[in-house]
Amino acid sequence: MLLSKVSKGGLWNWNWMFLRQLSTPITRAGYIQRPYSYSYSYTHYLQPLFDPQKETKVVQGSIFQKHHHFSTTTTSNASKEGGEKKESISVTFVDKDGVEKHLRVPIGMSMLEAAHENDIELEGACEGSLACSTCHVIVKDMEYYNKLEEPTDEENDMLDLAFGLTETSRLGCQVIAKSELDGIRLAIPAATRNFAVDGYVPKPH
Amino acid sequence: MAIFQARTWLSRSFSTLSSHPLRVCVVGSGPAGFYTAEKMLKAHQEAEVDIIDRLPTPFGLVRSGVAPDHPETKIVINQFSRVARHDRCSFFGNVTLGSSVSLLELRELYHVVVLAYGAESDRELGIPGEDLVGIHSAREFVWWYNGHPDCKNLDLDLKNTDTAVILGQGNVALDVARILLRPATELATTDIASHALAALEESSIRKVYLVGRRGPVQAACTAKELREVLGIKDLCIHLQEADLPKTPKDEEEIKNNRIQRRVYELLSKAATTGPSHPRSGQRELHFVFFRKPDRFLESDERRGHVSGVHFEKTVLKDVGDGKRIAVGTGQFEDLECGMVLKSIGYKSVPVDGLPFDHQKGVVPNIRGRVLHDTSGDATLLEEGLYVCGWLKRGPTGIIATNLYCAEETVVSISEDLNLLASKASLPKPGREGLLHLLDNRKVKFMQFSAWEKIDSTETRLGSLKNKPRDKLTTWEDLLKVARE
Repeated sequence: MLLSKVSKGGLWNWNWMFLRQLSTPITRAGYIQRPYSYSYSYTHYLQPLFDPQKETKVVQGSIFQKHHHFSTTTTSNASKEGGEKKESISVTFVDKDGVEKHLRVPIGMSMLEAAHENDIELEGACEGSLACSTCHVIVKDMEYYNKLEEPTDEENDMLDLAFGLTETSRLGCQVIAKSELDGIRLAIPAATRNFAVDGYVPKPH
Repeated sequence: MAIFQARTWLSRSFSTLSSHPLRVCVVGSGPAGFYTAEKMLKAHQEAEVDIIDRLPTPFGLVRSGVAPDHPETKIVINQFSRVARHDRCSFFGNVTLGSSVSLLELRELYHVVVLAYGAESDRELGIPGEDLVGIHSAREFVWWYNGHPDCKNLDLDLKNTDTAVILGQGNVALDVARILLRPATELATTDIASHALAALEESSIRKVYLVGRRGPVQAACTAKELREVLGIKDLCIHLQEADLPKTPKDEEEIKNNRIQRRVYELLSKAATTGPSHPRSGQRELHFVFFRKPDRFLESDERRGHVSGVHFEKTVLKDVGDGKRIAVGTGQFEDLECGMVLKSIGYKSVPVDGLPFDHQKGVVPNIRGRVLHDTSGDATLLEEGLYVCGWLKRGPTGIIATNLYCAEETVVSISEDLNLLASKASLPKPGREGLLHLLDNRKVKFMQFSAWEKIDSTETRLGSLKNKPRDKLTTWEDLLKVARE
C-alpha cells in the first residue's frame, strides 16, 4: 500500500506518509537535535517536543536512510530490523539485586533519564550536572563500553569518586542512547552486596 | 514491571507483622540523615520518620559546607526536600539533642533512633601558640562564608595581612584557598553570605600557602577541585619541582589508586608549566610539601596575634602495612603570615548516654549498630540505636558516600526489626510523644514549612542582588522569618 503511494507521488508523498505513521517517535526523535545542556535539570527532556521545524528536519534526515529500505517499511513505530536508523534502542538495566529490566530508550536520551522514566533505582543527586557520581553504571560488555565516546576530564573526575569503580564504569547521565548501543546492558553497583562501605576507593571530601 | 515491584516491596516491607507503625527518629538532617530517612521510608511502608536538627534550616553541610561557587553540588537538596515532604516524614528544626530532648528520651519515644549529626568540632594540632588570634579552623571559616549562624561573628581580619597559611591539602583546604583567592566579583553572584562577601571585597590577602606534611603523591584533594583552582584566572601557581619526583614507594602507592594518580599528574603539570613572574597585585597560590607545623609564632608588634608558622621538614617513613607517615628531620623553616586556617579534619561531639570512642572520634558501631562500649565486643549492642554518616565512619567522604552508608545502616535496622517481630513489639509514642515533650519544655520547633519560608525569603532577597539567594545568617533573623 505504502509502496504504491510512493511510486505515484514520489518523494514528497513519502515524506507525508512517513510523518503520519511515525508521529510519536518524531517528537521523541526531536531529542537528537537538542544539544545536551548540563545547566538544565534533566527533567526538561521528559517534555515532548512539538516543534514542526524540528520534525521536518529529522524526517528529511531519515528519508535518505529510508530510501534504501522500501521492503522493510511497516505501519507501526516499533523497532525495525536491519541497519536502519532506529528511533529507540533496547537497553537492559540490572539492578542491585540482579533483577533485569528491559527498556526501550529513545535515541538522544541519557541512561539516567531513561532509568528515572522507568522507575529504575538509579540515583541522580546532581540531576545530570556532572557534580556527583551517584548515577554510576557498569557497562556489562566491553564491546559496548568501547562504542561509547571517551569520558571527558570532568566525567573522569567524578568517576574517580564512584563507589565500586570498574574498568567499564561510566556515569549514567553521560551515556546517551545512540543506535550503536542497541542491546547494551548496564548494571547498577550494589553497596551492600559485594563491598563494605569503606571499600578500596579512598574517600576524600 | 508491576510484578517486579510487588516482589521487591514484599521482600523489603517488615511491618505486616506488627499492628502499629514503626516509629523512627533521625537526628541530623544532612546527607546521612536524609538518605537514611529516604531508605527507611522505602523499606518500611508503615514507618513514620521524624528528622530533627538543631538548626531551623535543614540539609547540614550541603547548606553550610559546600562552597558557594559549587552550586551543582547542592542540587541534591531537591531530592532531600521531596523526602521531607513525604507524608510519612516530618522535619523538626530548632530541636537540639541534649538540651531540647535527651538521647534517653528519644529512645523511649521511638522504636529506632538513628544518629546522623555529623562532626561539628575540629581536630587540634596540640602545638604551642594554637590559641593566638588569627588562627581558625577551616570549619569555622567555611561556616562563616556560608552564613552559618554560629559563625556569623567570627573574629576574622582579612585586612591586616597579605598572606594566609592553610594547613592541610584536602578539598576543604582547596575550597578555603579558592574563596580567599577568587576575585570578589566572581563570588558576588553566588550564595556566599553577604558579610563574607563584604569582608572579602576588602581583603588584602594575596598569597595563600597550602601546606602538607607529606608529598604530592599523598595530597588528599581530588582532581576536580585541583583542576578548578589551577584554572583560576590571574592566579599564579607555585610548586617546588624538587618536591615532585616519585620514589618507588610512591609509585607503588599510586599504582592502584586512580584518584592519587590523577591528582599527582595535575600537580606535575602545574609544576612544569611554572609560574610566570608575578605582576604586581597578582594573587599567588603556593603548594608546600613535607612540612609539619611545630609551633605558631607570635607577632612582636601585635601581641597575641599570629605572625607565622614554624615548620619542621619531614620525610616519609614506612610503618608497616604499606603505610607511611611523615617524620621530622630536625630541620626547620618559618613561613610568615597573618592568618592560619587549620584544615586537618573535623571531629564529632559526644552526647550524654552515647558510647563514644574518643580516640577515633566516632561512636563505636558495627555496620551502623551502636555498640555498648569501645571494647569491640559485638555482642553488646545498644538496642534500637544506630548511627550513620560521619558520626559512624569518621569525617571523610563525599555526599554520595552517605548513600551507601545509609544503605548499610538501614539493612542493619531491617534485619534487627525482623528478629524483633517474632517477639511482641510494643507501640511507641513517636511523633505525638515528641510534640508533647517539646511543648512541655517550650521548645519552639520549626517544621519544614518554616524552612520553606526562610528559603523563599532568601531567594527573594538574593534576586535583588543577582544572587541565587541571600542567606539569613543570625538566629534572630532565621527564627523571626520561620515564625511569620
